[in-house]
Amino acid sequence: MDHGSVIEATHAVVTLDVALPGIIWGWMITLNMWAKSIGTGVILVGAFLLYRHKKEDMPNLRWLMPLISFIALNVFLLFTLVDLHQPLRMVNIFLHPHWTSAITVGAWMASLFTGLITLMAAIAAANHFPDALRHNPIAKALRGMNGLYEAVFPFVVFLAFPVTMYTAIIMAQSSARELWAAPAEVIQMLLAAFMVGSASFILIAGSWSKEAKKDLAMVLMLSVLFSFLMYMGEYFFSYKAAEVEATLAYIHSGGSYNVQFWSAMILGYIIPFFIAFGSLKEDNRILMKFAAITTLIGLYLAKSTWLEIPQMIPLS
Amino acid sequence: MKLGFLVDLNLCMGCKGCEIACKVENEVPLSSWRLRVKYIDIGTFPDTSRSFTPLRCNHCENAPCERICPVSALHYLPNGIVNVDSSRCIGCAGCMMACPYGAIYMDPESNTADKCTYCAHRIETGMMPACVVACPVEANIFGDVEDETSHISRYIMEHQGSVQVRKPEKHTNPKHFYVGGGNQTLNPLAHERIEGYGLFNNITHLDTLGDPHHSILDRFLTPIFGGHNDHLKNESFVDMPNDVEGHESHEEGGHH
Repeated sequence: MDHGSVIEATHAVVTLDVALPGIIWGWMITLNMWAKSIGTGVILVGAFLLYRHKKEDMPNLRWLMPLISFIALNVFLLFTLVDLHQPLRMVNIFLHPHWTSAITVGAWMASLFTGLITLMAAIAAANHFPDALRHNPIAKALRGMNGLYEAVFPFVVFLAFPVTMYTAIIMAQSSARELWAAPAEVIQMLLAAFMVGSASFILIAGSWSKEAKKDLAMVLMLSVLFSFLMYMGEYFFSYKAAEVEATLAYIHSGGSYNVQFWSAMILGYIIPFFIAFGSLKEDNRILMKFAAITTLIGLYLAKSTWLEIPQMIPLS
Repeated sequence: MKLGFLVDLNLCMGCKGCEIACKVENEVPLSSWRLRVKYIDIGTFPDTSRSFTPLRCNHCENAPCERICPVSALHYLPNGIVNVDSSRCIGCAGCMMACPYGAIYMDPESNTADKCTYCAHRIETGMMPACVVACPVEANIFGDVEDETSHISRYIMEHQGSVQVRKPEKHTNPKHFYVGGGNQTLNPLAHERIEGYGLFNNITHLDTLGDPHHSILDRFLTPIFGGHNDHLKNESFVDMPNDVEGHESHEEGGHH
């Protein structure tokens, strides 16, 4: 509304107030969630592939899976820490844990998960590069721990589920943001992990068997499809609460996040769906890699949009 | 004992005395507020009215901020006050995301979450909160809502039917009540924030939360390149051109 227009008689206008905080959780939290999806997603998709195929069909999976997860989880932990206003007090989560908080439960689970992934990555790397650090006693010991790798793996897969989903509970505990409802967010987090888990593997699956690659395309296709349908459900039908309606106005036509939201949908969901669907019939490595990259970009944009829009509405 | 607050909006005249008293008593830094009085204009000239709504922490019985705090920095006192232990706070801002009333801020000096504590330090010594003392029309009423003989309990009983809380649908059971409020004063989505309609300043949104140089990298680089809060000195605020700040920050958010 410009200055010259008349405000309706029933309209209320704020004429004096303090400055509001705006975005509280910004790009660092987006990056945190995105990286965590990769860190847990490669484990979940990796477990699925190892269940369906022989190890020989995916020769580099055994060492690259924990390595990718390790890198992604460290990015996640780094930005979790950097986003804190008192990062050095992070230790309080372990010294003074408050167990009703999903942040606390999540931090404990994510730390345990990262510890186990670090162990797996170290064992796998030591065995994959037998000539590296040949006389180092730690490397030697790690080379003999193949059995431990196999023993830890089921626990890691089990833990990957709550680790990928707990952020949805943090969002649900954020009572001020009605858009984030636990049931939808939990499923979206899980689907996001399968999306970027499969996308990450597509980038390294050059030497994998045809069948394994087909499975990757199927996981990508189904996860982007269901995630997209959920977003569309929210976009078109979440009109029950006034706050949600006001929040979604930012992504609807004319909203300041409209372009970002649809860019996310096209890059992260629509393009990968059709490419992955096509790859089920005929594998096209270049196109699938393109789809993997657009998935990674699109998911970041989608997470960023969904994280920021509920923070745009005034709370008081 | 369950301490509660009631504001009679029919009495409030928007003098902001409570706001200033709170600032002084609690040494609330620049760009932060524990209590604020919001002006809302309703109607079309010349048939307009202005309402004044003091807004502070609701000290909810079922406080989302207490539940989400990972280190119990936000905790209940036996008298029902939701208190903050800033020495424990890790600055995750989870409480700011959880509070449905936007009552928590990130202190730019301590880099920890903070909010109204009903002046818990004054209550301890038998004094009233600073805002109650400062109010010239006794619009702020404070006391034990579980004691049926207390002033606040009697006030609530006398005004039954017009006593409201903010966002009851959130099931937070606020212990902060309003008399004389309406949808347009208590519901933040029922009024608009339009650029250019603000009195005195155009700053609608903060550019940063807490100390903008709070990250680990800054902590390492600060000793080399300068202090954390150099930009937050009073002089820098006095020199700040309001209109420039307003235009820069308007795009950040707001309900259009």
